[in-house]
Amino acid sequence: MSEGTLYDKVWDEHAVTELPTGQTQLFVGLHLIHEVTSPQAFGMLQERDIDVAYPELTHATVDHIVPTDDRSRPFKNDAAERMMAELEENVRDAGIQFDDPTTGNQGIVHVIGPEQGITTPGKTIVCGDSHTATHGAFGAVAFGIGTSQIRDVLATQCIAMEKQKVRRIEVEGELGPGVEAKDVILEIIRRLGTDGGVGYVYEYGGEAIESLGMEGRMSICNMSIEGGARAGYVNPDETTYEWLAETDAYADDPEKFERHKEYWESIRTDADAEYDDVVTIDADDLEPVVTWGTTPGQGIGITDPIPDPDEMESGDADVARRAQEHMRVEPGDTMDGYEIDVAFLGSCTNARLPDLRAAANIVEGRQVADGVRAFVVPGSQRVKAAAEAEGLDEIFTEAGFDWRDAGCSMCLGMNDDQLEGDEACASSSNRNFIGRQGSKDGRTVLMNPRMVAAAAVTGEVTDVRDLEEVTLA
Amino acid sequence: MSDLEDGPAETVEEVTGSGIPVRGNDIDTDQIIPARFMKVVTFDGLGEYAFFDQRFDDDDEEKDHPFNEERFQSANVLVVNANFGCGSSREHAPQALMRWGIDAIVGESFAEIFAGNCLALGIPTLTADHESINALQQWVDDHPDEDLHVDIVNETVTYDGTEMSANVDKAQHKALVEGVWDTTALMEANRNAVDELASSLPYLEADD
Repeated sequence: MSEGTLYDKVWDEHAVTELPTGQTQLFVGLHLIHEVTSPQAFGMLQERDIDVAYPELTHATVDHIVPTDDRSRPFKNDAAERMMAELEENVRDAGIQFDDPTTGNQGIVHVIGPEQGITTPGKTIVCGDSHTATHGAFGAVAFGIGTSQIRDVLATQCIAMEKQKVRRIEVEGELGPGVEAKDVILEIIRRLGTDGGVGYVYEYGGEAIESLGMEGRMSICNMSIEGGARAGYVNPDETTYEWLAETDAYADDPEKFERHKEYWESIRTDADAEYDDVVTIDADDLEPVVTWGTTPGQGIGITDPIPDPDEMESGDADVARRAQEHMRVEPGDTMDGYEIDVAFLGSCTNARLPDLRAAANIVEGRQVADGVRAFVVPGSQRVKAAAEAEGLDEIFTEAGFDWRDAGCSMCLGMNDDQLEGDEACASSSNRNFIGRQGSKDGRTVLMNPRMVAAAAVTGEVTDVRDLEEVTLA
Repeated sequence: MSDLEDGPAETVEEVTGSGIPVRGNDIDTDQIIPARFMKVVTFDGLGEYAFFDQRFDDDDEEKDHPFNEERFQSANVLVVNANFGCGSSREHAPQALMRWGIDAIVGESFAEIFAGNCLALGIPTLTADHESINALQQWVDDHPDEDLHVDIVNETVTYDGTEMSANVDKAQHKALVEGVWDTTALMEANRNAVDELASSLPYLEADD
């Protein structure tokens, strides 16, 4: 068993007691909720006549179903309006802070926590969303939960769970031009498999991780679940503290910042910590990674050939054959040149300010290719405002992109932003599952934001490093 | 079984019934219940949307899928392969399966959040090796009307005289066999200890 890691320390700090099931009752420092997975949980609470135990440690926003174009109320989609109204009623009754679109603080739940400074190191964070691991970028222990567990957390501010193993993922070396955090995590998932992380928490470290800004670290932790790991984290350091010092929670209270920082420092993994497993990955040779299939583990470097199912183990081979049929790709080809119909720049993986800046730089002075629908969905209203303050919106719209309001949008197609028919989409999101983007025949190619921008302007999957006059670092 | 109002939860020691095989690794929760069916505020009625896009084409015509086959309509034991339930944390996925009629799932492996969600509903998720699962899927395919017996207590699946050993996660075993899977009630009983811990956490200050 691991010892002396951040996960061990935070676990010990939050363990209330052992339950008769053998599970630990773990205290939750922050419970984030949204409109899709919480209404049934509130319903269960009402059935049992239980109040929300710690409304002050609960924070709500609306992201999954919210429209990204016309957001006037009532929403045009009745089901969306009903879910929004239900959330409004639930948070009002319970006294939970709700960042709705009128506040200017609304956004994807995994974007707003960090930007407000409520995501902090050493905190246990849960949300009814599998991408909750995003918050691990700050050294929080954060994971997604189901609706019955949301009920547990609302009722008790605790969760029943078993302690997991810790795998250190050491990413050595330096990322080359045009290679981003997204490529690192896609490579990790490709190597360890979509179920390689089951039973583990991932601790990401090493030179290539430590040199990333907070946004890059969030992109990596975000996709831990695509590798089967419910949680992933990076130890807090000066980069983390610089971010936090600027947030709402700490900007006006340097004394509180110093008090909390003492705790943050104390939960860092010890130099002599023990792990259940260690994996090392060399970042020097990484290329931009794109997916060729229908699971996030089916990725390759942009210049690499698509693998041959005949050379895989039987279970993987079946999955690969079906994926290649769906995507209409052939073993031996590269993904470079794969025609796309849609370019989606958004999601909790890659819709923060540096993502938009990097993509805007590629797009500037170019035009979206004929026949391609391209749109940008900033991760939050604050990201949107900051991007507009530096004129990114104009760069995108002049190039022919739609510039939208914040939400999950086409990452999962729960609002009106969906693929149609067999459209192919260059997407900065996190899942290429069949049907994920709203059409069961739709084809999703996952990639980093610069690569999405490059695909948008060329109309096909393109190695962004081949484009002229672009900034890649 | 999922009625949580009536005091202590029931035990789930065994499930008996006919089986239904759904083959393939990495079957994600977007396949089990597409996101567009999640625009609901209760789980009622989700059963008819289980595996919807695998079952119906654009014109709502039925496609080949075990969930469409007449011979499997009364099945309650689902037999699957590896990494079943990966992806989104949506509890809508096991809810849809449960409301379709599934009471137990046997497979090579399960994604963690999915297995946890199943447990919260009292649905056991048992695992066995690749060969055993393949053999079971084949048998179920050949004998859609015959019962198999899923024994959570002894961690076995019995069919046609064959007793196959299957693994039940330790906490899941205890929860189902002893009927202590209502974690809300269990944890609510420790409210004082929770409050005490909260007041000792360095990052929770009175002024927050």
